[in-house]
Amino acid sequence: MPDLLETFLNYLQYGFVQRAFVVGILISLCASLLGVMLVFRRFSYLGDSLSHVAFGAMAIAAALNFTDDLLVMLPVTILCAVFLLRSGNGTLVKGDASIAMMSVGSLAMGYLLMNLFSKKANLSGDVCSTLFGSTSILTLSSFDTVLCASLSVAVILFFVLFYNSIFAIIFDETFAKASGVKVERFNLVMAIVTAAVIVFAMRLVGSLLVSALIIFPTVSAMRLFKSFWGVTLCAVVLSVFCTAIGIVVAILVGTPVGSTIVAVNILIFALTSIFRRVK
Amino acid sequence: MILEVKKLLVGYHKKPVAAELNFSVAPGDFLCIVGTNGAGKSTLLKTLLGLIRPISGNIIYQVPSKEIGYLPQQNRIPKNFPASVLEIVLSGRNAHRSWRPFYSAEDKRMAFENMERLNVLQYANKCLRELSGGEQQRVLLARALCAGDKLLFLDEPVASLDPEATADFYGLLKTLNESGLTIVMVTHDEQEGLENASQVLHVGNPNFYGDLEEYRARFT
Repeated sequence: MPDLLETFLNYLQYGFVQRAFVVGILISLCASLLGVMLVFRRFSYLGDSLSHVAFGAMAIAAALNFTDDLLVMLPVTILCAVFLLRSGNGTLVKGDASIAMMSVGSLAMGYLLMNLFSKKANLSGDVCSTLFGSTSILTLSSFDTVLCASLSVAVILFFVLFYNSIFAIIFDETFAKASGVKVERFNLVMAIVTAAVIVFAMRLVGSLLVSALIIFPTVSAMRLFKSFWGVTLCAVVLSVFCTAIGIVVAILVGTPVGSTIVAVNILIFALTSIFRRVK
Repeated sequence: MILEVKKLLVGYHKKPVAAELNFSVAPGDFLCIVGTNGAGKSTLLKTLLGLIRPISGNIIYQVPSKEIGYLPQQNRIPKNFPASVLEIVLSGRNAHRSWRPFYSAEDKRMAFENMERLNVLQYANKCLRELSGGEQQRVLLARALCAGDKLLFLDEPVASLDPEATADFYGLLKTLNESGLTIVMVTHDEQEGLENASQVLHVGNPNFYGDLEEYRARFT
């Protein structure tokens, strides 16, 4: 055990490890806040399909030889998010089929494009790492770190400033509308925030695992707390905790970062479920 | 008059669901809106609340929209939502918050005052789903009163309550009405529901608007 600790402290001296920690924690913080909004509006599936869209967008960026794929991924994913929220008129009931179509369509087209245009030798390795997360969290540039940190601050600020409206809208949209809250405008902002967080979270855990980062902390927190404020706070703490532990374990044991983080999330979910049963 | 409705046609996609409506609500009135299923009661209520646009006609309010409270149909509230009674009641003040990100001391004072008024103060930190149907309705009524205490709209408020809770709830509405609150209630319950009504609006073939006595004389 002291050996492991020493190895870990050694790693922590490196800039890339520090950056991975900062970015990982910020992203998981944003993802958990997003989760609180999406899970309670029954939009959980939205996060999942948007991450597939982001995968498709990344393939397009690769095919077009963009150096910074974010420039393609962000706008495409945001557009799709807005479209998906609109198509369901905010309720997404009718949008069910369109979500599934967009989701699998993007996955298939993305893989196809990567196959046709990729000049890299290790294609399946590339695909696997975009789907399940790679060590790219450990190879972040300082520019990526700054970009990610600014996005996180924006998301957190949005959540804090609009906390009371967010609660009012997701608890009872009709009442909020009747009392004059601009629900459509809020939905638009929520779509944009969702898309942006997903694009960034993809780098941490990969496209297939993004929704785990969004859903697990909220659902676990619901098992422990009864108030909205309690659940929100608890989701943030659990999410940051799971990501930190996940990164540490991944570095020490050499497991894939994304799946390790999700595994820790599953473990916490199981523990909170048992805790509720016992209580 | 607190509310005047003239030549109003309500419906979806330009198709009216009921004939032209004319009625008015004076301060202190207790107006019950009745009619068979599909006659357009809920559509009318949504139109009055500004959730859908009227096809034609005028709705003139003499109170600011911020002073209007609303108690939606109960099945609209999600079952597993983690929200404490205090959080829910306080959210009624959301429209009054304007640009401030957080609730003021005045908002909180009103929330506690209304919880006390409706006898749910002891549940302040409880989760909504832990309460009985009647208690839940009282919590949502407290939220509505936080939003506005001049004019209150209710949509089938006793639909999911047992007879005892229903009687309690009607008693509560009577007290609130007597203390000056103007009430507009959509209801199915033509017996006890109408007892406290001062006016009745019957939507559907034929439309009728008038005193409770007139309504009873014509429709029973």
